[in-house]
Amino acid sequence: MSPQDVPPQNEEIPFMQRLLDNPFILLFLGVASPAVLYLIWGIMEIVSIPLGK
Amino acid sequence: MNTNLFRVCPETGFQVHKPGERLMKANAVAAVVFLLIGGIYGLGVGLTRWPAVHLLPADQFYLVLTAHGLNVLIFWIIFFEIALIYFCSAVLLNCRLATPKLGWVAFGLMLVGALLNNYIVLQGNSSVMMTSYTPMGADPLFYLSLILFAVGALIGCFIFFGTLVIAKAEKTYEGSIPLVTFGAMVAAIIAVFTIVSGAIILIPTFLWSVGLVAHIDPLMYRMIWWAFGHSSQQINVSAHIAIWYAVAALVFGAKPLSEKVSRTAFLMYILFLQLASVHHLLVDPGVSSEFKMFNTSYAMYLAVMASMVHGLTVPGAIEAAQRARGFNKGLFEWLTKAPWGNPVFSGMFISLVGFGFLGGITGVVMGAEQINILIHNTLYVPGHFHATVVLGTTMAFMAMTYWLVPVLFRRELVMKGLAKFQPYIFGLGMTGVSLFLMGAGTLGVPRRHWDIGFAGTGMTHDFPAAAYTMLALNGMSVVLAVIGGASFCIIIVASLLFGRKLGEEKSSPALAANMVTDKEYKGIGLGGLTVPGTLCLTLIFFAAFAAYYFINWKYLSQTWGIS
Repeated sequence: MSPQDVPPQNEEIPFMQRLLDNPFILLFLGVASPAVLYLIWGIMEIVSIPLGK
Repeated sequence: MNTNLFRVCPETGFQVHKPGERLMKANAVAAVVFLLIGGIYGLGVGLTRWPAVHLLPADQFYLVLTAHGLNVLIFWIIFFEIALIYFCSAVLLNCRLATPKLGWVAFGLMLVGALLNNYIVLQGNSSVMMTSYTPMGADPLFYLSLILFAVGALIGCFIFFGTLVIAKAEKTYEGSIPLVTFGAMVAAIIAVFTIVSGAIILIPTFLWSVGLVAHIDPLMYRMIWWAFGHSSQQINVSAHIAIWYAVAALVFGAKPLSEKVSRTAFLMYILFLQLASVHHLLVDPGVSSEFKMFNTSYAMYLAVMASMVHGLTVPGAIEAAQRARGFNKGLFEWLTKAPWGNPVFSGMFISLVGFGFLGGITGVVMGAEQINILIHNTLYVPGHFHATVVLGTTMAFMAMTYWLVPVLFRRELVMKGLAKFQPYIFGLGMTGVSLFLMGAGTLGVPRRHWDIGFAGTGMTHDFPAAAYTMLALNGMSVVLAVIGGASFCIIIVASLLFGRKLGEEKSSPALAANMVTDKEYKGIGLGGLTVPGTLCLTLIFFAAFAAYYFINWKYLSQTWGIS
C-alpha cells in the first residue's frame, strides 16, 4: 500500500479494504464460490440424469 | 524476536527466519530436480510426435507422457509454489514461518509422493496420463502417491495462512499485506479448493483401485477431477502474476499503478478463476448448457478481465518507473532501455507477453462453447496450456529463481553469459511448441495419440500435409526448449554447488532497486498520458484478441454452414 492510500487513524476503514485484508473471509469465498457454482451444481446435474433401463 | 533464528539479508534488508529459509531452499531445490526429470520426459514426447523421428513405441509413449505431465504440471510447479508462498509470507512480512517442523512433514509427504509416483509410473502399469480417467485403472500406489503429495501441499498452504496470522499478531507490517504477498495468498486460497477437490475424487478412486468401491462414474470423475486438474493450473496463474509484480518492484523499484485495482483483480480470481474448469466438459452430454455457459462464458470472462487488468498494470508500473528514472522519450524508450540482459527481467517479460498473447487469447477461444468444438480434445489444448503453464508460469518461476539464488542461497550465479540468453532460448522454443501444437490441433490432430497415421490399425485418416509439418516444427521447438530448460537447470545447480559464496557482501549491481519516489513520478508521460506505451501495447493486444476471436467464429461458420 502506498503512503497516500493509508487512511487517517480516526477514519473508518472501507468495507472493501476490510474484506481484502481478511485472509480467512477470502479463503471462505475462494472455496465456497467454485464449490457451489462448479462442484455442487455439476454434481446435482449428473445425479439427476435418469438411469438407463 | 530470537535473533539467533534470524539473519538480515544484505541485499534486501529483510529479516530472514533461518528455519523457514531452509524449508524454502529444500522446496526450491526439489522443484528444479523435478523440472529436470519432467523436461527429459518432455523430450521423449516431442520426439515421438515428430513423425520423421517417432522415437518411442506406443506403450513407452504413454508412460513417458504420464510422467512428463505429472512431473512438470504438478511436482515442479507445486514444490516451487510452496517455496514461493513461504518466501512471500515469512520473508516479505519479516516474521517467523509458522511451525517449521510441520513444514518438514509436509515436504516429506510431498517428496515421498512425488518419488513414489515416478517409481510406480516407471513400472509401466500406470500409464493413464495425468488425467487418469476412469474406468482406465492405475496401480493403487499411483493414486496413493498423489494423495500423499496433495496432503503435504495442503499442510504447506495452512503453514502459509498461519504465518499471516503470526505476522499480524506480532505487528511485523503496517496496513495491508504487500501486493506480492496478497497474490501469493490468492494462490494458496485456490490451492486449498484444488487439493480438497482432488481428495474428493482421488480417495474414492484409490479405494476403487483396491476393490473397496465397486464403481466410479466416469462423468462424475471427469467433473470433479477437473476441479483439481484445472484449478491446479489456476494456482500457477496467481503465483506467476505475484512474481510479475515482485520483479517490477525489485528490478525497477516500481509501485503498482493502483493497489486497489490490482487487489480487486485478484479478488476476481478468488471468486471466478476456478470455474474455467468447465471448459474441459464443454462436449460432455451429461451437464447442461446453462452450467457450461455460466461457468465459462460468463464467470470465466470476469477472471479473464482480471488477467487483462494485471497485464495492463504490471507493464504500466514498469513504464511509469522507467519514465521516472529518465527514460521518458517517445512511446517505447522505457522498454528499449529495459535491462534485457538481466534474466530476472527478460524471463518475467517473456512470461507476461507469452501468457497474454498466446495463453490468454487462446484460453478464451477454448472457453466459448460454440467455438470450442473446433479444437476440443485436439493438440490445440496442449498448445494452449504450454503457453499458459510453461511460457507463463515456468518462465516466471525461472526468472524468480535467478533472483532467489543469490538472495536465499547466498551464492553468485555462474555462467552469467548463458543465463542472459537462457530465457530467450527457452521462450522461443516454447513459443514454437505452443504455436505448432495449436496449428496442428486446428487442423484436427488429436491430443493423447501416439501415431496420427494410425499405422497398423487397419484404419486411416488423411490429415493435411501441413499437420505433419506442424508436428515436425513442434519437434524442433521441443529440442530448442529442452536446451533452454537444461541450461536453466545446469546454471542453477552449478551456482548452488560452485557459485562464489556471497556471505554478507552485497551484490553489484544491486538485486533490489530503490523504490521510485512520488517526486520522481511527477511530470512523466507523453501527451497527458502517464503510461502511453503500455496503452499502445494494450490496444495491439485487444486488436489481436478480437481478430483471433472472430476468425474462429468465421472458421466455425465454414465448418457448419447455416442455410
